[in-house]
Formats: sequence, structure tokens, C-alpha cells
Amino acid sequence: MSRSATLRVNGVGLTADFTGALFWPNRRTLAVADLHLEKGSAFAERGHLLPPYDTAATLRALADAIARYRPARVICLGDSFHDGGAAERLAAADADRLRRLTAVHDWIWISGNHDPAPPRDWGGQVETDLTMGALTFRHQAEARCPAGEISGHYHPKASVRLRVRRVTGRCFLGDGRRLILPAFGAYAGGLDVLDPAVSGLFPGGFQVHLLGRDGVYGFPRQALAPITPLEAPRSRPA
Amino acid sequence: MLHRPAHRSAALPAGFEAWFAGKGWRPHRHQLEMLAAATAAQSALLIAPTGGGKTLAGFLPSLVDLAARPRAGLHTLYISPLKALAVDIQRNLTRPIEELGLDLACETRTGDTPHGKRQRQRRRPPHFLLTTPESLALLLSYHDAPQVFGQVACVVIDELHALAGNKRGDLLALGLSRLQTLAPGCRRVGLSATVHDPAALRAWLSPAGRRDDPSLSLITSSHAVEPEVEILTTRERLPWSGHMAVHALPEVYQRIRRAGTTLVFVNTRAQAEIVFRELWRLNEDALPIALHHGSLAVEQRRKVEGAMSRGTLRAVVATSSLDLGVDWAAVDLVVQVGAPKGVSRLLQRIGRANHRLDRPSRALLVPANRFEVLECRAALEGVRAGTLDGDPPRPGGLDVLAQHILGTACSGPFDADALYAEVIRAAPYQRLSRQDFDDVLAFVADGGYALRSYERYRRLTRDGQGLYRVAAPSHLRRYRMNVGTIVEAPTLKVKLKRGRILGEVEEYFVNGLVPSNTFVFAGELLCFEGLRETWVEVSRAPGSQDPQVPAYMGGRLPLSTHLAERVRAMLETPRRWHDLPGAVAEWLRLQRWASVMPPANGLLVETFPRGEKQFLVAYCFEGRNAHQTLGMLLTRRMERAGLGPLGFVATDYVLAVWSLKPVTGPDALFDEDMLGDDLEEWMAESSMLRRTFRNVAVIAGLIERRMPGQEKTGRQVTFNADLIYDVLRKHEPDHVLLRATRADAAGGLTDIHRVAQMLSRVRGRITHRALDRVSPLAVPILLEIGKEQVYGAALDELLDEGARALIAEATAGASQAELPL
Repeated sequence: MSRSATLRVNGVGLTADFTGALFWPNRRTLAVADLHLEKGSAFAERGHLLPPYDTAATLRALADAIARYRPARVICLGDSFHDGGAAERLAAADADRLRRLTAVHDWIWISGNHDPAPPRDWGGQVETDLTMGALTFRHQAEARCPAGEISGHYHPKASVRLRVRRVTGRCFLGDGRRLILPAFGAYAGGLDVLDPAVSGLFPGGFQVHLLGRDGVYGFPRQALAPITPLEAPRSRPA
Repeated sequence: MLHRPAHRSAALPAGFEAWFAGKGWRPHRHQLEMLAAATAAQSALLIAPTGGGKTLAGFLPSLVDLAARPRAGLHTLYISPLKALAVDIQRNLTRPIEELGLDLACETRTGDTPHGKRQRQRRRPPHFLLTTPESLALLLSYHDAPQVFGQVACVVIDELHALAGNKRGDLLALGLSRLQTLAPGCRRVGLSATVHDPAALRAWLSPAGRRDDPSLSLITSSHAVEPEVEILTTRERLPWSGHMAVHALPEVYQRIRRAGTTLVFVNTRAQAEIVFRELWRLNEDALPIALHHGSLAVEQRRKVEGAMSRGTLRAVVATSSLDLGVDWAAVDLVVQVGAPKGVSRLLQRIGRANHRLDRPSRALLVPANRFEVLECRAALEGVRAGTLDGDPPRPGGLDVLAQHILGTACSGPFDADALYAEVIRAAPYQRLSRQDFDDVLAFVADGGYALRSYERYRRLTRDGQGLYRVAAPSHLRRYRMNVGTIVEAPTLKVKLKRGRILGEVEEYFVNGLVPSNTFVFAGELLCFEGLRETWVEVSRAPGSQDPQVPAYMGGRLPLSTHLAERVRAMLETPRRWHDLPGAVAEWLRLQRWASVMPPANGLLVETFPRGEKQFLVAYCFEGRNAHQTLGMLLTRRMERAGLGPLGFVATDYVLAVWSLKPVTGPDALFDEDMLGDDLEEWMAESSMLRRTFRNVAVIAGLIERRMPGQEKTGRQVTFNADLIYDVLRKHEPDHVLLRATRADAAGGLTDIHRVAQMLSRVRGRITHRALDRVSPLAVPILLEIGKEQVYGAALDELLDEGARALIAEATAGASQAELPL
């Protein structure tokens, strides 16, 4: 089973992991987007008592990806913390888990719209963007289509019909020139890549890599169906 | 079966006697019995067919009481499932009050009641307050509920059969328990149509939640004259599949012309739109024919209802949106287009015609295809035998209980032990364990998660005496905005370009449209212009064109278990085929010749190759929802067995699966262990389960149906619920909301309970026929494949071509039989 897929962005070979993380083998760099830590407790503050497991789930998945790829450097592409108070709401165990990760890696927090000033006391450095070789890491894709841009922000999701079932999930989205990562956070929702806000960023067409339960699967744009909240269970031959 | 109550000598006071006489009426026996029950301070359940003064029977004792002992304050609370019904009853009640010269106030209270009037109703309640289950819950959540309801003498629940057994009924049952605590002397009166299990309904209504409650009288009114029901034996050829019955509509139109007023019932909104359009195509006399279904704009529906009660319409095409509601005395004929799906539902619909007990109601059943002929026949037999459908009572939803607990806290501090005692007096919660209650209470208080990290975000806090109270006023506000158990699928308004709003459609339907697509809605051919912020913009399309996209499939009802049994029994017994229409009898005979008939108690599974694919057809007769679940589970197994399943399609009667390799041993495939790991795995992914969870989460108050000032389309809620479902399943699979979700999955959209019953029933009784080609009985389901996607003439032709080939194949070799196509 293909737990990862190989992509090329601006000539650079990259590994797309089924968790939504992106690994750059030559630079031993791992990138993740939109962790949205403490989104659950942000809702709880407003009276929506969502299950309080999102931060633990997100950090566990991140620690797991780090253990598998053993990167030297980790880049979080912004919106790592759901809001300004998130850092204070972190449970002690989650805070420890996060500190253990930032302590042993070269850790970069890219700032996002949810966390324009990510807390500095977690270790690591804060940047608005970061260019390494042929790639630039930033939170939100720029309209002028710069080559080699790796970003997050849009939480791309896509849907395809596979044999009996229709599969909908988070996805990588790119055209070989630049790439948008799926949201990594457990409570980060998604936006259909067919939505003009996303597809409009790729006027020349795009490809997605859909995250399955334990694999990554590539599809051309033509294979995608619009996402409906209430998917019809009825199936047709592929 | 007539249960005569002990006290039946109560006489009508002279003033009332005179009022009846002045109208030229005599009180019905059941009206006097209701009065006698009230005199004896008894609660009462009245089971009677529509008409016959049922509503008056409910109110008469209260009128008599107030005439004898006039007093201020809320005396009688009336609860109906429909706002419109409450409004209509107010009109009907005001007349006798005036004519009897009584000085009594009678008011409605619904979501539409203006703010000022609501405030005043709480300060100075009327004698009669007519409301809905949701508004009652709301009223009970105010701090002054003990003052408002303290003196209530009687609560009347109308159309009780439509409330007991579902979540609205659960909410109402809990509200009634609360009411009983506030007003211990309050009598309960239930008004119901004829039901399968009166004892269960009696328990539901009983203040003690008991079937044998001695303080509750069961009063039944004698049956009306048997309805005259006829099945349309069309002159046209009878279709093999499809649900629109377009072939029969010219004959239906002729019946409409001959009758005074006709109600044409269909099962889905799609059928309503197409039948309406076709009838107008045939409408040479320009008869006033209207359309009514749940997606049309409210004003539009009210207009149709108004015209109907004024008697200015000749026909209305309606979905279940008109199953309940205001009485129209003048309906002469009820037409049911498509299969009736259940005997009780059919009787309810037939009862909408001719509300006079001394004349028979007239109804015409119009089957749209061959299987529906069998179903109509079975339903007709059911009507004649007087057997009704009915599911055993189900336990009340834990999500509804969560909502009720929060509502109770909103009205004032409560003690957990006392609330538990009150809750289990409601019949649906009679078997609720203290553990479940405590888990729900914990959920309401702080989420009830094993990881207790939300202490500072608690919704309920405990005071010095251990009473639970609401932590912040914001929770009161949020509760009141989200009260109720009806969770609609996210919908979008349909609006004419620079024009009016026509109604609403589900968001998923809109997502399938591209600009310039045409579809039928509100009786018009519309062209999709695009999605605006919160609405769908459409324009009128040129009339002659056919729609490119089918009207969406809202409101589909599954076949009842009882009717399914009747259909199976009919199929198994050839001597009962003689009076079926020729084409249908011939079809069944051919099936017997080419394969075998499905057995009444076992399961027939046919397999055959066709094209490049291998088909499996299972004749389960368990309803579409159950078949769909079974299809999901079967294909999952077939995938694991390396058979390469490619797709499946389900109808109410049959499930068909196609794969790369043939199924050879259906016994193993249909083993009950399918409901173990396969079900668990499927539940992790199924969009149906996600939808069920979302409804549970909204009702329980975990997420909102709308965020104040933030969300307009319902999108936000959907997306959140999926993520919560995944995280909760992984980290706390036994959380009370997941337990509630699993309980719901037993019925409803997934109908797992019915799948389980079937698998256990057919164990060791599977008949497998490996055929070399499609069998006659399998033709209809194969014609369903891919059919829902597009509707229109061009496609019909294509399908027709395919159909002829298929039918020829199924009947090849049957040279002795001519198939009347």
C-alpha cells in the first residue's frame, strides 16, 4: 500500500504523506499546514463543548510523521494555533509533547491569519515566509503564481468515485509549479478544490493527491466530483 | 374491540344540549364518553377515524367545565404537530365558544406569534392555548413556567399517532412529564387515528407511562363505512420500472374531471412535480389544479390550502405535506399515484376524502410499475382485513433527553434525583437506566468527556444544595434558538431572477447543477443561473423543453414491514394471481418458468452474467433504506473476497449488485456476522451515519443549527459534525452521543435493525439460482441502474431501447408466451 506519493514541485522531488505532511528528502525537511491547535477549546469557550481531543490527536499524528521521516527541520505553514489564547489553553501533557518536538528539531513557525504572531516560548523561530533553494514556504498562496511556492491556508478537500464507493478527503493540490497542503489539524475543516476560490489559483489545471486512510492517491481534475454534504450512498459502476 | 369506560352516564348540560340541537346535531357516543371520563377525573385516549367531531370531543369537557365554573388562567393546553392545525382549531373553537355565550379566550402560540403577544400570554394566559411540541418546550424553559402552567386542568394532544414513536414525540413526552410535575391534577387527552397497537399509545399517553394505567380510559369510535378503494387497471401498457405513472395520467385526469374535488397523493417531491406538470399538459378544460409539497414557499402552500378550504380547486397534487392537517369536508376522491408503502399511511390518506362517517371514502390507487401493482394489491387486502402497520415502541432518544435537561435547567435549578424520577414517568424513557441519565446529564453539564478538561466551560454548575443551574445567560439564549428535534438538511432558497422566492431545495441537489441546467420545481421548468450568496438564482426556461436534471428525491418513504410480508405471501401463492392484471400475472408465470418465485420466508438470490459483468439480485423486500445498507455491507465483503464489486442499486423490493467475478456461495455472503466488523468499519465511513450523528449532535446541543449572526446555509454545521464524529469515534467510542447515534442507525436512513431481522430470518433458507441470463423478475431493478441521474425524453428513448433488449433476453425461449409490452 502506498502510504506516500512522490511529487515534483518546481523540479524538486517531494514526498506527500497520507497524514497530510510533506517531506523534502534532500533537505530533511518536513512541512505541515494548518494545525489549528486548541480549536476545540476555542469553541468550548463559546459554549460548544466539542470533544477535547483535537490537540492531542493532531500532535500525536505529527509526532508519528516525524518519527517516520526523521527530519532535521520542521516547518509549520501557519494557522498552527487556532487563536491568540490557544497557547494558554494547551493542556499540560500536550504542551510537554509539543516542547519535546520543538526542542530536538530546527522548528519554524510561519505566521498565518489565525496566528499572526505565533507564541515564541515554544521554541523554534517565527517567520512570515521562508525560501530554501527552489522552494518558498508561506501560509497563503499568492495570486501571481510564483513557482516553487508551498502553502496551506485553503484546507483543500476533494471527492472521487472509486468503484462502489465515493471517497471524499483532504488532499494535496498542485500543478507541478506550486503546491497547497491539506490541513493537518484534527478539527480543521476543508474546502472543495472545485470551489473557484481554490481552483482559480490554478488556471492551467491541477492534480490532487487524496489522503486515504493509509495511502495517498493521485487524480486529475477531471476525475473529481463536487463535494456534497449529504453524499448520495447510491453507487454506479466506475 | 370496544372499551366502554365505567362512567358513561354524564349528561350534557342544558346549554350544550340546546347548542347541539340548534345545529341539528346529536352528540356522538364517543363525545359523551369523553365527557364522562372528564367528570370522573380520568385521562382519555380517543381512537377514531378522521371526521366525526373528534376535535370537539377533545374540547367539550373543558368547555363544560369552564361554563359551570368560570375562572381565569390557563385551563386547557392543545398540542398539535402542525402550526396550521392549531390556527384552524382556534377558528373552529371560537365559534362554539361564541355561540354558547361563553366568555373564554382562545389563542395560538407558535413560532409565528409576535413577541409582544408571547410576553402577554405568559403574564395573562388565555383559557385555551393552542400550540406545538416545540413551543411547549420553549414555554416550559421560562422561569415563570410554574405560574403559567400551575393551574392547567387538561392537555389535549391531537394527531397523537403522528407524534408517538418519533423524536418530536420524545420531546413532547418529556414536556408532559414536566407539566405533570407543575400541575399534578392535569388530565391528558389524546386524539388519534386508528393504530396498530392501541396499548402502546395508551402507555405513551398515561401520566405514569403504563399500559394498564387505571386513570386513563380508552375510547374508540365505531369505524366509518368501509372505504371504496379501486386499483386503476390502465388501458395503457404497464411499465416495467419507474415511479412517475405518466402512462396512467390521462385516465387520472378523466377521473378528476368527473369528481368534484380530488386529492392526488404522491410519494416524493419529484413525483409531485412531474405528475403536476403532466396533468397540466393534459388539462384541456383548464381545471384549477394546484401543487403542494414541503419544499414550496410557505406563502405558496398557505395559498393552496386556503383555496382548497374555499372549495375553489378541482385537484391538488400533494406529498405527505398534506397527510395531516386541516379538514376539508369537500374532497370526493383520493388518488394515490405510486405505491402506498404502508396500509396505515394509505388509510390516513384515504381518510382525507369525505369526512362524513355515513358515506364511504373513495380512493383510486395508480401503480406506476409491475411491482407496484403487487404492492397496491397487498395494501388493498390490508385495508379490507383492517391490519395496520406498526413498529414496536422504541426507547426515547438520549439526544432529546439532553435537550430537555438543558431546557429544564433554563427554567430553574433542579435536583438530579427528582428530574430522573420525572423523566422515567414518560413512556419512551421508562426503561432509561440511571447510568444513561447521569451520562446525558454529564454531557449537558460539561460535555461528559472522559478527559475532564472543560471544567471552566461548564454549561451547568451545582450550587450549595447540589442543585444544577445554568452557568451563563448565553446558554439560555442558545437553547431557545435551537429547541426542537427537526433537523433539516441544509437547504438553499430558490429565487427567480429579479423575482420572488419559489421555495427551498437541499444543498446537495444544487451542488449537482451547472449553470444552464434545467429542472422542474414549483410546477415550472427552471433554468439554473447560478449560486448567489445564500440562494439559488433561476430563470423561467422555455416551456416546450424537457428538464435535463431530475427533480430531487426528497421525502422518500420505505415500504412497511407489514406490507412487505403481504407482497411476499402473494408472490408465493400462484392461485392468488388470477385477478392481477394480465401483464403482471404473465410476468410472474414467466418468472416461475425461468427461475423460481421468491419464498415468503426465505430469500431468493439469483446470479447471472450480463455484458462483461456478473449480477447478483436478492429479493429481500425490506425497503430501500435497509437494502442500501445491505448493499454497502455486501460490496464490502465482496471486495474482500476478491470478487471486484462494481456497483449496486436498491429499490424497496430488490437489491442488485454487479461485480467482475460471480458470487458462487450466497450463504456465506449473507451471513449474520456481516453486522459485526463490516458494520463497524462501514459506520466509520458512511455518510448516512455521519448525517445521523450530525442530527444527534444538533438535537443534543453540541452544535447549533445556526450560529447567531454567523452561518446562513447550514454548511458550517455539516462540516464540523464530520470532524467531531471522527475524533470522538477514535478517542471515546462509548460517548453518550455515539450511543445515541448507534440507536438511531437501527432505524431511519440505515435501517440496520431491519437488515438484522432479515439476515436472521433467512438463515439456512437461501435459495440460489445460478441463471445464464436475467430473469423476468430482475428486469425492473436492472432498469433502475443509472436511471435516477437524468430525466427527459431523449434519455427515456435510450432507456427504452435498453429495456426492450433486456426484456427480450429475460423472456427468450418462452415462445409459448406472448408478453404484452
